[in-house]
Amino acid sequence: MKKDAAYDAVVIGGGHNGLVNAAYLAKSGLKTLILEQRPLIGGAAITEELVPGYKFTTFSYALSLLRPEIVQDLDLVSHGLLVLPMTNSFQPGLNGEYLLLGPDSDVNFHEISRHSVEDAESYRDLSHLIDRVCHALKPLVDEIPPNSMSQDPADLAEMAALNQYLEDLPADIRAMLEKFTTCSAAEILDDYLECDLLKAQIASSGIIGTKAGPRSKESGLIWLFHKLGEYDGVQGEWGFHKGGNGGFTQVLARAFESFGGTIRTNAGVDEVIYKNGKVTGVRLGDSTRIEAPIVVSALDPRRTFMQLVDPADLPSDLVQAIRDFKFQGTASKVNFALSDLPKFPGLNGHRNAFTGFTNIGPSFDYLEEAFADCLAGRYSRRPFLDCCVQSTVDPDMCPPGKHIMSCFVMYTPYHLAESDWDSERENLGDTVEATLEEFFPGFRKLVEHREVVTPLDIERVVGLSEGNIFAGEMFSPQMFLNRPAPGWNQYRTPIAGYYQCGSGTHPGGGVMGGPGRLAAKQILNDHSTATSPAR
Amino acid sequence: MKKLAPKTTPFHECLAALNETGIWKHWSGYLAAPRYQYSTTSEYYAIRNSVGVFDTSPLFKYRITGPDTVRFLQLVMARDISQCQVGSAQYTCWCDPDGFVLQDGVILRVGEEEFWLTAAEPSLHYFRATASQLAFSGVTIEDISADYGILAIQGPHAFNVVSQLTGAADELRYFEMAQTEIEGCLSLISRTGYTGDLGYELWIPTAQAHRIWQCLMKAGEDYNITPIGLDALKMARVEAGLLLLDVDFRSSRFAWVDEQRESPIELGWRWMFRKLAEDKREFIGREAIETQLTERTNRWVTVGLNIDWHDYKRVHMEAGIMPPKHELYCESTRNIYRRGSKEWTYAGYATSFLFSSLLKKPIAIAKLPNELAKPGTEVDLEIAVIRKPRNVLAQVQRMPFFNPPRKTQVPPGGTSP
Repeated sequence: MKKDAAYDAVVIGGGHNGLVNAAYLAKSGLKTLILEQRPLIGGAAITEELVPGYKFTTFSYALSLLRPEIVQDLDLVSHGLLVLPMTNSFQPGLNGEYLLLGPDSDVNFHEISRHSVEDAESYRDLSHLIDRVCHALKPLVDEIPPNSMSQDPADLAEMAALNQYLEDLPADIRAMLEKFTTCSAAEILDDYLECDLLKAQIASSGIIGTKAGPRSKESGLIWLFHKLGEYDGVQGEWGFHKGGNGGFTQVLARAFESFGGTIRTNAGVDEVIYKNGKVTGVRLGDSTRIEAPIVVSALDPRRTFMQLVDPADLPSDLVQAIRDFKFQGTASKVNFALSDLPKFPGLNGHRNAFTGFTNIGPSFDYLEEAFADCLAGRYSRRPFLDCCVQSTVDPDMCPPGKHIMSCFVMYTPYHLAESDWDSERENLGDTVEATLEEFFPGFRKLVEHREVVTPLDIERVVGLSEGNIFAGEMFSPQMFLNRPAPGWNQYRTPIAGYYQCGSGTHPGGGVMGGPGRLAAKQILNDHSTATSPAR
Repeated sequence: MKKLAPKTTPFHECLAALNETGIWKHWSGYLAAPRYQYSTTSEYYAIRNSVGVFDTSPLFKYRITGPDTVRFLQLVMARDISQCQVGSAQYTCWCDPDGFVLQDGVILRVGEEEFWLTAAEPSLHYFRATASQLAFSGVTIEDISADYGILAIQGPHAFNVVSQLTGAADELRYFEMAQTEIEGCLSLISRTGYTGDLGYELWIPTAQAHRIWQCLMKAGEDYNITPIGLDALKMARVEAGLLLLDVDFRSSRFAWVDEQRESPIELGWRWMFRKLAEDKREFIGREAIETQLTERTNRWVTVGLNIDWHDYKRVHMEAGIMPPKHELYCESTRNIYRRGSKEWTYAGYATSFLFSSLLKKPIAIAKLPNELAKPGTEVDLEIAVIRKPRNVLAQVQRMPFFNPPRKTQVPPGGTSP
């Protein structure tokens, strides 16, 4: 059996959280190794030049949730961080109507007024309230959550402090927070707005990546989660990293290497090695053993607890919680190389409609119909699409004059009732094209190349179980104190020295980096306690 | 009654059609757009990621010619113009006899005895009067402001666009210029700008302005060419560490007291005099400047400030609000204090303040006494948080804050981030 040089820490998985985690560890002086099963780093945040000159954001496609602390702490700007603003949000309707929201709140007021004068005003109230809710949540998002299962006095004190913090919030924020965690996006929106087009546009944040419709009670929390991001301090705004999210993970990789870290690709880990409840290293697919007193899994909870280690060695309540942890991926990607910009018939004289997100999902009914297909075990015949013509934001994504369009597709259940994804892949591509053709007549003629990525492809390529883009559903019972399991939400595992830092831990999915950062904080806390001379 | 309407630049009609906001400001009596779209950030990123075009026509433009021109400019300008070869440009300043700066500007050496100069404030009379007082008969100074419009094409794709209009761009190095034909129109191109990025400035004869504008737009279409307004330009210039008249300094000409005046050394332009020992020429203000250089009698130095992000966040979070970042650019004075046992010990002030979207942190241009001007020195910058003064940790930093290799790279290439 081959044996490699020892490291202080080995991080399994080179996605954005693995990279963030490893970079913090390396920065603190630990000799750190990242092991990535694929030939390229980045996990689900990669950019691939599938056709010469055309760059595709195969999986994730925008930035907002990325914790600003990470940018500062890891000095990402000096390693090439460049996040371009996505300034508009375009919601085409059927029959030529549309809603185009941009960076100016007064212009937005008048745009919404075309549909409903009262909505135009209520939209401001609602936006401000959500901003305040998000602001109140930031300390919880950016700290290691307390352990709700522990009877340790320090943990009990932390739980009490959390409850006190929530109790001390202003009443309207507390009430809204309660709504977000218990109500559907539709229920909340119906209290504030009447315009279907506007409500559907907002509610789309509540269904992204989740097996939920706008009228499902889980959608409130998903919506709130997506509002926690920012662009230069503007909450809920999105940006596009130069070269796509693959460009971003390359920045992280450079930062990690600048701190002395080592990346090894084509290095899938078969198992984590431990003895007497203490981790000692990992074994790769080719049987190479790498020793390290700290091993961090950036993989999802199922892989972290059920595959990399023997579940028989873990407490049964944890094993049960992970078995029950819902993945059930429902999202796909269809990416296009286009010869020109799509044209929307009703859009007269508006420039820059595409420099942001284009939402295909004009009403709750449309979205619910799409969701009904999913519940019946088939992909939506008329899917919800979250599109982005990325070349309007970053012209270097493709040759001059051409365009790249990323389409996030819902709903496409991982488990198809009557078929399988290898048979349905191109049919899904056709369905998406047909839907786009309906909204943008002539769309099909613009298509020069198409890439279809199903939940099965996400699982096969990236390793995310059942293709869930968040490494597990972000339902209340799987969040915060319970992510990924009650009592195991502080990045540790029952095996000493073995940690978890993927999106399946707090604060959750999206290109956030929060799990990676907070896990590093926990690891470094434990490490400094373990190595302090006082002990 | 006759209406005194603001003037418009030769490109105004073309730009007006693109101004989605309908907002105009006055700049030297001309209409100038603060921004064209609702997102200043988008315009700003045209400069840093694709290509932006800025109408810089309101600058005053002078042609200086004649056999005495070099000798005259050697005497008037602080930097030695004889070091500027034909086909080159020089960023320089001109001072009063006490060594205080009157103005700065870029001068282009078009021929052995022909120079073109841009200036922010009118200077025709000043140059003519100076020539006459010093008895230079062989120098002619003409105001050609109305004869040309100037477009600044700036950003990583600037070369890809400009090179479609003229082959002259192929050979140009940073701060070089050439006369060239663009679509049959005799123009001038220089590899200069006010953004600190790869960029060119085109001098287009007024009569041809519309036609050349259309050619430029067509050449830039596939590179997302974006007209940029004053706001985005100013954000870029802070990152580039480029000073702005009436913001970061004022002309000695209209100052009341010396406290309002500044020497080139105080403005951070010590680099202009690196070879002063070998430079034997007389120039206006030399004695005072030389004294400041040798005796370190300058009262302050203009430096960059790197504002601590965590501290900036903390003072706002403590007040219960999000730290303001988005499109935050200020030209108002902010006080700077010494850090030590006592708070509020005055040290200097900041003139321009920017939350740099690119650098993801607040930065500022500041005036500090010599002993606090060393890079790395920590000071407190006063900012208002819900109207109350709070101190935020800041560190002195060498400017420019941002200086991409593509700015000076030869050949310019396209897209290096």
